[in-house]
Amino acid sequence: MKISRTFLQLLGMVTVISVAMSSCSSVKPYQKSKIKDADMILSARKVQKFEQSFQLYREGASGANGGKSGGGCGCN
Amino acid sequence: MKKIYFHVLFMYLGMFGAYAQTTPVAIKPDSSSYQSRKLKIDEVNLVSAYYNQNGNNSAVTGGIGTEKLSDIANTIDLQLSRFNKRGKKNTFLFELGIDHYTSASSDKIDPSTISSASAADTRIYPSLNWTHSNEQTGNAYGFTGSYSTEFDYQSVGAAFNLTRLSKDKNTQFDFKLQAFLDQWTVILPVELRTGNTGKRGEEYGTAPRNSFSASFSLAQVINKNFQAALILEPSYQHGLLATKYQRDYFTDGSLRAETLPDKRYKLPIGLRMNYFLGDRFVIRSFYRYYMDNWGIRAHTAELEIPVKVNSFFSISPFYRYNNQTGTRYFAAYGQHDPTAQYFTSDYDLSTLNSDFYGMGIRFSPPKGVLGWQRLNMLELRYGHYARSTGLASNIVSLNLKFK
Repeated sequence: MKISRTFLQLLGMVTVISVAMSSCSSVKPYQKSKIKDADMILSARKVQKFEQSFQLYREGASGANGGKSGGGCGCN
Repeated sequence: MKKIYFHVLFMYLGMFGAYAQTTPVAIKPDSSSYQSRKLKIDEVNLVSAYYNQNGNNSAVTGGIGTEKLSDIANTIDLQLSRFNKRGKKNTFLFELGIDHYTSASSDKIDPSTISSASAADTRIYPSLNWTHSNEQTGNAYGFTGSYSTEFDYQSVGAAFNLTRLSKDKNTQFDFKLQAFLDQWTVILPVELRTGNTGKRGEEYGTAPRNSFSASFSLAQVINKNFQAALILEPSYQHGLLATKYQRDYFTDGSLRAETLPDKRYKLPIGLRMNYFLGDRFVIRSFYRYYMDNWGIRAHTAELEIPVKVNSFFSISPFYRYNNQTGTRYFAAYGQHDPTAQYFTSDYDLSTLNSDFYGMGIRFSPPKGVLGWQRLNMLELRYGHYARSTGLASNIVSLNLKFK
């Protein structure tokens, strides 16, 4: 049976996430000083806003990175 | 008898005493949980960027010719909040953006003019988000309205966002629904126009382009140094998805305006993992796999390592790699099959690799940047982008945060 490359890639990603999730420990609020650091934010930062815009225009792929995924022409 | 009276008296006094122990606590206002109900400014952000690019594969001229372009982009966002009677927080985020670009390739839509309308343009885009949140649980929901206008393009957007947090606040689920209802003025290359005149003396019609997307994000604190988020963002576009002023040349020498399917389904899935290494290093990583029904497949990986020089200054080198398999509708200048139904010579949709690298600095001293208390943070980034098709660009971005 031929398994598509895409399926294997998604399976790999799910495996990485599952391993990460299984090693979770309950972190108390007072232990979150590093988690709450500005550089630890789980999204692109505001200063990256226009970098994401030009990458959206100059490449065919978009979305899932906290940036814009629709609207506007991006035709220049 | 006196003994009994004294016992009863002491019992009552004891009861009053016990009551007296509790009443003041109940009546005394808890200053630690007090929240002002006045509307207050949380923060103001100014983000500006200068971008320039050059290359030799302009889609306006069929995949050959200059792609020289420069863009100055600015946004200001103002975040205000107030608590209601029930202690719930209402946050209002107003954003106004203004971009101005000059484009040598867009000027080739009508090369006979000295300076056509498309050589430069300004885009203005305001938006307003309202989010209602419970500070105790972290749960929230909100709505956004947005508008964008430029010479040939108008966009009206609406969005709904929802956040749910687990009891221990280590797991966060975010959901967002977005819709953009756009109207595009159809501008053809000058040699394909029929001669009627309309807006600004040229013949233009309009066509819709609508985009709908849903975003699902699951973020998890894995340990006190490590957290990750998985993001899935399917989207659907319908309407005029081709850029009609882009030319396509065929093997028989004929010329047509770009034509692409009127439907596009996109499925990106992203994984973000951030790790705090020791006391000075943060490893920020991002991977995305993307696929759509036009045949585009892409892998994007990013790595950024902020180094904390001290408690208020950090330096962040970064690198991003993108590998893309192009759309099946792409062909280079003069290579299109005359029998093809859909065709584009837009190299943005072609098979390519790209590298983007640079450095950022972040400065947030406790007494304010340059001693100005209200200027809470300054962030400056420079990046260089190089694409395997020959296109190269540079971008400088600045974020000033006022509190």
